[in-house]
Amino acid sequence: MASVAEARAAAERLIPLRGNEAVAYAVKLARVQVVAAYPITPQTIIVEKIDELIARGEMDADMIHVESEHSALAATYGAAMGGVRTFTATASHGLAYMYEMLWWAAASRVPIVMAVVTRAIGPPWNIHVEHADIMSTRDTGWLVSMAENNQEALDLTLMMFRVTEDPRVYLPGIVGLDGFILSHTVEPVSVPPQEVVDEFLPPRRQPYTIEPGNPIAMGNIMPDEVFELHRVDMHASSRAAVEAIREAGRLYGKLTGRDYSSLLECYRCSDADALIVGIGSWMGDAKIAVDMLREEGLRFGAARLRWIRPFPWQELREAGLGKKLVVVLDRSVSFGHAGPLFLEMSSALEARPSMVGFAAGVGGVDISYEDIAAMARKAWSMVEENGRVYVPLLWYHLGGFYPMEPGPLPARLPEMPRAPLRGGGEEERR
Amino acid sequence: MAINIKKLPRKKYVMPGNAACPGCPETMGFRYLGMALGEKAVVVIPAGCSSVIQGAWPRQGWGLPVLNIVFAAGASAASGLARALARRGKDAQVVVWAGDGGTADIGLQALSGAAERGENIIYICVDNEAYMNTGIQRSGLTPHGAWTTTTHRGNPGRKKPLPQIVAAHKVPYVATASVGYPWDFIAKLRKAATIKGFKYIHLHAPCPVGWRFDAGLTQKVAQLAVETGAWILYEFENGRLRLNPPSNRLLDPSRRKPLWEYIKLQGRFRHITKEDLAELEREIEENWEDIRAILRAQGDL
Repeated sequence: MASVAEARAAAERLIPLRGNEAVAYAVKLARVQVVAAYPITPQTIIVEKIDELIARGEMDADMIHVESEHSALAATYGAAMGGVRTFTATASHGLAYMYEMLWWAAASRVPIVMAVVTRAIGPPWNIHVEHADIMSTRDTGWLVSMAENNQEALDLTLMMFRVTEDPRVYLPGIVGLDGFILSHTVEPVSVPPQEVVDEFLPPRRQPYTIEPGNPIAMGNIMPDEVFELHRVDMHASSRAAVEAIREAGRLYGKLTGRDYSSLLECYRCSDADALIVGIGSWMGDAKIAVDMLREEGLRFGAARLRWIRPFPWQELREAGLGKKLVVVLDRSVSFGHAGPLFLEMSSALEARPSMVGFAAGVGGVDISYEDIAAMARKAWSMVEENGRVYVPLLWYHLGGFYPMEPGPLPARLPEMPRAPLRGGGEEERR
Repeated sequence: MAINIKKLPRKKYVMPGNAACPGCPETMGFRYLGMALGEKAVVVIPAGCSSVIQGAWPRQGWGLPVLNIVFAAGASAASGLARALARRGKDAQVVVWAGDGGTADIGLQALSGAAERGENIIYICVDNEAYMNTGIQRSGLTPHGAWTTTTHRGNPGRKKPLPQIVAAHKVPYVATASVGYPWDFIAKLRKAATIKGFKYIHLHAPCPVGWRFDAGLTQKVAQLAVETGAWILYEFENGRLRLNPPSNRLLDPSRRKPLWEYIKLQGRFRHITKEDLAELEREIEENWEDIRAILRAQGDL
């Protein structure tokens, strides 16, 4: 069996691809038939690449050049309801503009795959990486995954088609990849051959289609009691996706040598005293930070959520409940409370370990493995000094730590540089 | 295109027991839609009265496949659906059945995009001249001077010339129609179904609840709108304008019934001032002048 997998892995081509291109190739390999998208930085390359693949005759699909993201998801949805495999991609404001369609698509129980290239939401205008956009999709019913690197962006896209079309699931899914850090950065990516993808992805399945001769209505009014049961079923299906993901991940591993059977990726977790938990590309830096910290005698590990929805409850509890300290990295903040991932981790770990939530890298502020190590050391020192700690939000900004627990306002905030104001503004300020 | 009543399908496409108000023009229009297109039709319905008229699950009151969709997404969802069904080789005619809000206001952007792309769909605006489903609030298609629950002193704006706006996209077919003239509407639907590309039909649909007239008068009010010249029946085929009967006889204002005959039946105009009525008349005459100008430019007048 191993030799077959090895032979297949050897047949895969290792080619330099930007993250966005890796997604586009996955879409082509999945034999997607209708794509509708509206360009937004940093997602644009996905749309351009797919259009190019269609123009070159390498991909047989309709590209609908819609006039907005709202229409992008609506057209993608309409095509999915018509019974074909569909794809769209967006980021930031585009995702926000689609928001009502996210709900409509998920509750229609129709498989759709969408790439979200994570980016800050303005104002002020900012095209750089942040997770405020993707985290806002958590409650919509979509499955949500986050890639660490370009290889995973390709693999998770293929995975997502299989999982969303699994009859136990029948929910749409988002593949997240970090703006610029992955989307515009070239990495060697192993592209599986078409036969392998065809073996992995069965022909499209979906619960029903809208077509002539079948006079059903999708979406007309339901009694509230039935509506609620419909939502119960959405929740159950999202939980059922855990098993569907494990199975698909195992099969993908068998076919390509890259196993995705766990919703959580653990790096040096088993013998660790403390964990760094997070999502996305900076968890690659977290692994380097772990190695550095271990050389200093601090036994850290890194746990990366490959999936945000369904939430990797079981894996996280297995990895984290017995630890002394869990550090959570959030690249966005639920204003007035704490980082969204910290809140979710708190529920999974029942705050049994000491927990410190860091907000960092918001608005694309660069965060290196040195920064991540600094946050880990800070959290460790708090535990050393105080014993058990539970700190929902400690904002890390350019090397400074700013405590922002719920309650009275913190004594010290990072200073906002004052722009020179003219006229009325200056008067008002005085 | 002549329509033979004996050849129209006998199947009912609007089920008894649906949730429409008495005298509803939308159920009239939908019945004609089913008669015209039959089993080929697949209907996309953005938020509006027709979302509710279907009634509650597990049944639905429209006898055709229906994809309900959010308010702003009628034309875009239909675009995707039409592409998918075409790719699967299905013999389908995707139809958007949208209200005046879903077309002229919140849905205008998606409509313009689909028209510009030339999507192979029929878009029908069922125009009852206000947001009736949420309780008679004004829309971009409410006529001047009309009372609504958000224009208590009469609508200060004027009705957008939506068919002309769509025609300016140079789509192959744009037509106006009225629930008062079913043959005309059915013929236009059938013609639209033979044309590839984006087709737009603007269906005038007087609403007894919102316009404040007796539920037995829907047909009559619809016909009076045309006979007084307030609503004009015409079609743009490949950019060429043609007036349809009976509007083709009404270029001369003296041949029209007095506007007051149409206005007086409607409670929404009960408190209209002389000035507002004069303004409404002026706007209607301007619409006719636009028609004359196009006909002159085509050499037809």
